[in-house]
Amino acid sequence: MTSTTVTDSRAAAFRPTNPAVPMPGDGALWAVRDTLAMTWRNLTTIRRVPQLLVFAIVQPTIFVLMFRYVFGGSISIPGHSYVDYLMPGIFVQTCAFGALNTAIGLAEDKGKGLLERLRSLPMSRSAVLGGRVLADTTRNVFVVVLMLAIGYAVGFRAHTNVVMVALGVLMLVLFGFALSWIFALIGLSVSNGEAAQAAAFPMLAPLVFASNAFVDPAKMPGWLQAWARHQPVSAAADAVRACMLGGPTAHKVLISVAWSLGIAIVLSPVAVRRYRRL
Amino acid sequence: MRVTGTGKPAIVVDGLVKHFGDVQALKGVSFEVPRGTVLGLLGPNGAGKTTAVRILTTILQPTAGRAQINGFDVVASPRDVRRSIGLAGQYAAVDENLTGRENLVLVGRLNHLSKAAAGARAIELLDQFHLSDAANRPARTYSGGMRRRLDLGAALVTHPPVLLLDEPTTGLDPASRQDLWEVIGGLVADGTTVLLTTQYLEEADRLADRIIVIDQGVIAAEGTAAELKARLGETTVVLGFADAASAASAVAVLAKHAATILPADDKGLTMPLRGGPTTVRDALNALDHAGLSPTRIDLHEPTLDDVFLSLTGATA
Repeated sequence: MTSTTVTDSRAAAFRPTNPAVPMPGDGALWAVRDTLAMTWRNLTTIRRVPQLLVFAIVQPTIFVLMFRYVFGGSISIPGHSYVDYLMPGIFVQTCAFGALNTAIGLAEDKGKGLLERLRSLPMSRSAVLGGRVLADTTRNVFVVVLMLAIGYAVGFRAHTNVVMVALGVLMLVLFGFALSWIFALIGLSVSNGEAAQAAAFPMLAPLVFASNAFVDPAKMPGWLQAWARHQPVSAAADAVRACMLGGPTAHKVLISVAWSLGIAIVLSPVAVRRYRRL
Repeated sequence: MRVTGTGKPAIVVDGLVKHFGDVQALKGVSFEVPRGTVLGLLGPNGAGKTTAVRILTTILQPTAGRAQINGFDVVASPRDVRRSIGLAGQYAAVDENLTGRENLVLVGRLNHLSKAAAGARAIELLDQFHLSDAANRPARTYSGGMRRRLDLGAALVTHPPVLLLDEPTTGLDPASRQDLWEVIGGLVADGTTVLLTTQYLEEADRLADRIIVIDQGVIAAEGTAAELKARLGETTVVLGFADAASAASAVAVLAKHAATILPADDKGLTMPLRGGPTTVRDALNALDHAGLSPTRIDLHEPTLDDVFLSLTGATA
């Protein structure tokens, strides 16, 4: 539709001077581009509110100090110094809590009406979630590297090589990526950031604490052992320990990758479906 | 370049029904909006206005009935509908942590403009909405009026032929409201079709060519502002006097001028403002000749409460 006769200056001000023509493109290509645009937006937000990133470091650091120096003396793990056993668990915990941001970020966008606007745009239906998860995954890489440095400061040492440590970081990032899809579902199901946090914690606690992240499940009651040995946090911690501390690795890495990919493959379409039907 | 369908009305809504569980938000609403005109959807909170807008933006699926924008069905061709509309809502859906410019560029990119086109359009819109000085400040530092302008700018990135405004001025101060009305007026002058929801009769009166009053999910009345006002009651002038005797004399004097002079209370009277300002002048002159001078003069406009009381008898 071209504009009709322009009668006054105010109308002239709103006449299109820039054609602003959308570019043609193929569906899958647009899904990628939209996802990257949303990732950029979410990363910019993280950069603009640096306090959030600081708190993201402070919380696991407190756990490190507490378990390393307060509880650590009373915990003995056969075959490892406790700090070496602990730090991979802390890395996994950091990624798990980092994934909470996916729930909070989406719930806040929903609460502020931003999702309404985005859903009224001719953009890919998966880009809002994909961009959120990718940004939180990127953030997790950054936080994990920092936690690795903090681990070194309190006496943690990798006993393998750089390549294996990098593989361990990759395991962590993949695990955080998978959990983000669980939290995306939670974020879309509540109406604001506080509610997301409240809803996500009861899920996180049994995953993170009833696991082998901080202690050896052998000393837990039998029913809890069964859970603690066969759940994604323990699988990830096992894989990261194998990568960083040595010992048989391939099997543990495969189990953790299977958990992460399984969660992501099953839940990402469910989350996108939820987004479409908000 | 605008995406256009056929020569049909810009918006066609036919028998739209939406249930949320047991709640019937829309119970069969039908209307059309011809191209280049403004339809005001007027109603109290919970009337179904926002539900109608959300169906038109493809965000919500109707339970029954159909809706078309720019010739595209909202259920069958949601992508074409999304390409045809701009949405600005009561929540001012801008990202607080992005700058004004970044917000507009992001919406441009998500509308699949090239980086250069999205950047150029952002600058153009910032200028048009008097936000150039604040272009590089995070939107959280903006005032309420600035956020609404940015939100409206975001809705206009691709020059959409149809604009959906959900309570665009709710919560704004009067100056910002005036400001936004002028902007919307400019868009309409340029040929954009607008559907506007509002709780304010004044806003519908000012902007809308036609008004639909919606209440509890059904259309309670429709027509031009003038037609509705005629149905809803008219503007009246209330004159107050120093004592009851003066008021009684004034009623007697003015009875010769207008047929429906009513004593408002023992010290005042109410007369309809049918002839516009001259009615007041004539009335005051007549009172002056009779040696009467009112101590108080009020204009009484029909309010939205009056609208709902008279149209639905419901608890407005």
